[in-house]
Amino acid sequence: MVERTYSWKPRAENELLGTPVERIDGVAKATGQAKYTADINTSGTLFARALTSPHAYARIKRLEIEAAKSVSGVKAIKVMMNVGDEVLWDGQLVAVVAAERPEFALDGIRAIEVEYEVLEHFVDEENLEEAKTADKQNPQKEEDRGDVEQTLKSAAVIHEGYYGIHTVTHMCMEPHGAHCEWHDDAKLHVHLSTQNVSGTASQFATPLELKATDVTISCDYLGGGFGSKFSAGEWGLAAAELARETGRPVRFMLDRATELKTAGLRPSAFSKVKLGADADGNLVAWDAELWGTTDIEGKTIAAKLLPYAFKVRNHRTQPTGIKINGGPEQAWRAPHHPQAAALSQTAMDDLAAKLNLDPYQLFLKNLDKTWNPELYADQMRIAAELIEWDQNWKPRGTNKLDGSLRRGLGMALHEWTGSAHSATTLIRVHADGTVETFGGSQDIGTGTRTIIGITVAETFEIPLDQVQVNIGSSKYPRSGPSGGSSTSGGVSGPNRRAALEALWKIFDLVASRYQVDASTLTAQQGKILSNGNPVCNWNEATSLIGPMPLEVQGEGPKRDGLTSIDVGGVQMADVTVDIETGKIKINRFVAVQDCGTILNRLTAESQVYGGMIMGISYALFEERILDNKTGRFINADLFNYKLPRIGDIGELKVHLYETDETYARGVIGLGEPPVISCGATLSNAVANAIGVRVPVLPMTPARVLNALEGAPA
Amino acid sequence: MGQESQSSGDKAVFNRRAFLKGSGAAMAAGAWAGAETTSTAAEGPQTFKKNLVPSGPGEVILNVNGKEYALQLEPRVTLLEALRNDLNLTGTKEVEETTAAGADTVLIDGKPVLANSRLAVECQGKQIVTIEGLASDAEIINSFVKHDALQCGFCTPGFVMALRGLLNKNPHPSAEEIDSALGGNLCRCGTYAGIKACALELARQEGDN
Repeated sequence: MVERTYSWKPRAENELLGTPVERIDGVAKATGQAKYTADINTSGTLFARALTSPHAYARIKRLEIEAAKSVSGVKAIKVMMNVGDEVLWDGQLVAVVAAERPEFALDGIRAIEVEYEVLEHFVDEENLEEAKTADKQNPQKEEDRGDVEQTLKSAAVIHEGYYGIHTVTHMCMEPHGAHCEWHDDAKLHVHLSTQNVSGTASQFATPLELKATDVTISCDYLGGGFGSKFSAGEWGLAAAELARETGRPVRFMLDRATELKTAGLRPSAFSKVKLGADADGNLVAWDAELWGTTDIEGKTIAAKLLPYAFKVRNHRTQPTGIKINGGPEQAWRAPHHPQAAALSQTAMDDLAAKLNLDPYQLFLKNLDKTWNPELYADQMRIAAELIEWDQNWKPRGTNKLDGSLRRGLGMALHEWTGSAHSATTLIRVHADGTVETFGGSQDIGTGTRTIIGITVAETFEIPLDQVQVNIGSSKYPRSGPSGGSSTSGGVSGPNRRAALEALWKIFDLVASRYQVDASTLTAQQGKILSNGNPVCNWNEATSLIGPMPLEVQGEGPKRDGLTSIDVGGVQMADVTVDIETGKIKINRFVAVQDCGTILNRLTAESQVYGGMIMGISYALFEERILDNKTGRFINADLFNYKLPRIGDIGELKVHLYETDETYARGVIGLGEPPVISCGATLSNAVANAIGVRVPVLPMTPARVLNALEGAPA
Repeated sequence: MGQESQSSGDKAVFNRRAFLKGSGAAMAAGAWAGAETTSTAAEGPQTFKKNLVPSGPGEVILNVNGKEYALQLEPRVTLLEALRNDLNLTGTKEVEETTAAGADTVLIDGKPVLANSRLAVECQGKQIVTIEGLASDAEIINSFVKHDALQCGFCTPGFVMALRGLLNKNPHPSAEEIDSALGGNLCRCGTYAGIKACALELARQEGDN
């Protein structure tokens, strides 16, 4: 008797699921055959380019487009701002020009005349006092638990410090943008670079006064999103309107500077911290002032995340957002968590130094304040073995190598929910044994097609290439947006459910045709077995379906164990710092990551590598630099906005924390967690190497040298 | 979209001297505009040849992936724009307007070149290979897929081309040589570890069989 329950197979019975599986669209991507929004060239396509504000804050006094309209090749101009309107940041869209060729669009932009009344800007996001003086502060909800003041008075040791982390951009390699094409003046087809295929049609339909049914969103491939591509965007709507006006398809991808200034920014966060502990290093109180921002709304990170991952009973965080003339905030991979970790687990590391404690011991001692002390203790043990913490860790500032080189180790940890998003899938099994699956999901880079294919092929026990996976259209059953690491659970749960139901229906057909008890049937390697004995092969079984295909719909998430929530991870880094140049070299960087049921080992590991490299990026290289004098984002290009290159990452080690127990939990999202604790980990390693804290990320050579200069000899 | 040229007899004519080596497109445009005009009526209308500096569009003949294409382009059009927008060879990606990302890497006469750093007009008479022309290079493509040296995939063709360019020149590069040769290519998803593994494996195999 085989029970018909919605569950994954026992771990040992998987043929495909959990093994390393090459992406089914890997060749299409590597050979350039994969078509992204930026690649859509339907016949007659016009090219659009944006005119943006050169000022951080200004009022438009005059805007003249007539001359631009008559520029050769220019077909239409969409004005985004009117006379009298205020532009609120450098890079805000003012007008969009559609033309026969990109160079003609640029000619058109040059012919637009704009006169601005320049207003007084404010962009100093790190300076709380200045912001208060300029009345740019935006007090946010305070977090206050227990008795912080009284506890600090009686604490055996108090560490006080300043920590910060600057605004970074999403920096998707494919900029935000859309290709819009109208059919019969009434139906709109949008190729949109989006992580929200199913949720964007209405965002076009409503403002354009269309029926939602008349809008189709397509996104077969997108070149990165990282939380910034959930909306139609004003660029998408502008492209649709320009296409309607001209009767021609319009492709509008943001130029790189506009992409950085306008389309995706993660808020900065700065904090003055008081952290109290008893003589053994048990944290007893946290008291912090918190500020930061990205934009005119003036919001910093959520105060309740501090101190990060450690729930110190007496804690208070007073947050103040700062209203600046900067581009709008978008969710950035694990929203607010990387900043929270960088502000608080650095302070813990400094407290350990003050107590002359190995930070490993201090973290270990305080695990009772985390959601899962046993998990973290085990992960710390594994990470320490991988990085050889016991052999390599030395007290702060004492590990001197040849000449000006100093070596250090550091650690931090993180948590993430990783719940599955809501989604529906449709599975169709044909009589010839081939299978199709449809869902309005997207591949943000995690390998969505492949995990869907694995889920279905594993269930039917058929080869992966017999499953055709269809995603990327809003006309398919709806799927949630790829945010918060929700996609793997979001798509695998419904596909497992639907595939199981289809398999059970096929079992019923087989039972009837071959006169066996349906409850004895199982599928194994292309065959249907009864009590372990072959009855027929897969194709013979599916031939019983007949000419009308078998269709089953699956939904999720449900509380049936296919998906779950809550993961943790520990990271440790080993760095060498040159105290003459301030340059940091990563020797080894280790991530131990809890992840529930693994669908595809190859792409699961890639997610962790990816998180670590993005973490190295914000820890050592990247930041938005707003110039106080001009208010401009002065490094909004790829030469001056620094990102790590292939030679900058050191040796990375990924350890997927995996037991029969974690497998049994179900699928949990993996994309966000490994990016969270990188900043704190690398900052702690650098502090251990050079003997002082580099308080603000990214730890550029200048910031390292400044920290060393202020250091006691 | 460009038309494939039926006549290949003109090809040798476009053997003009290189105006610029290694400079960006913006500089190239400036230099072009300042060059001496020696156009003669005998050469006919608007065909871009050596020493000819027209202002409007003219015929540009490009040899891409072994095929000749005749295009009508202004001299300011970059090779990247011509490939993507006129020839619909969109595997070569546009990440930005300058040359810091490497997603626009193509091979010109076997060497990796950033397509955004060249005007289409100056690439006449050269053998241009794009990622579409490397699609049958199974060894390097399969290695990228095997090592999952790609995530969103937008930067991937550029890395494939840059690595092919390196291996053409140096079949057995060291890890440091790989870091250096691929250091002009950016990835945001974080695929560097996979790319390194792929490149090191190919460096061991290349030319051995």
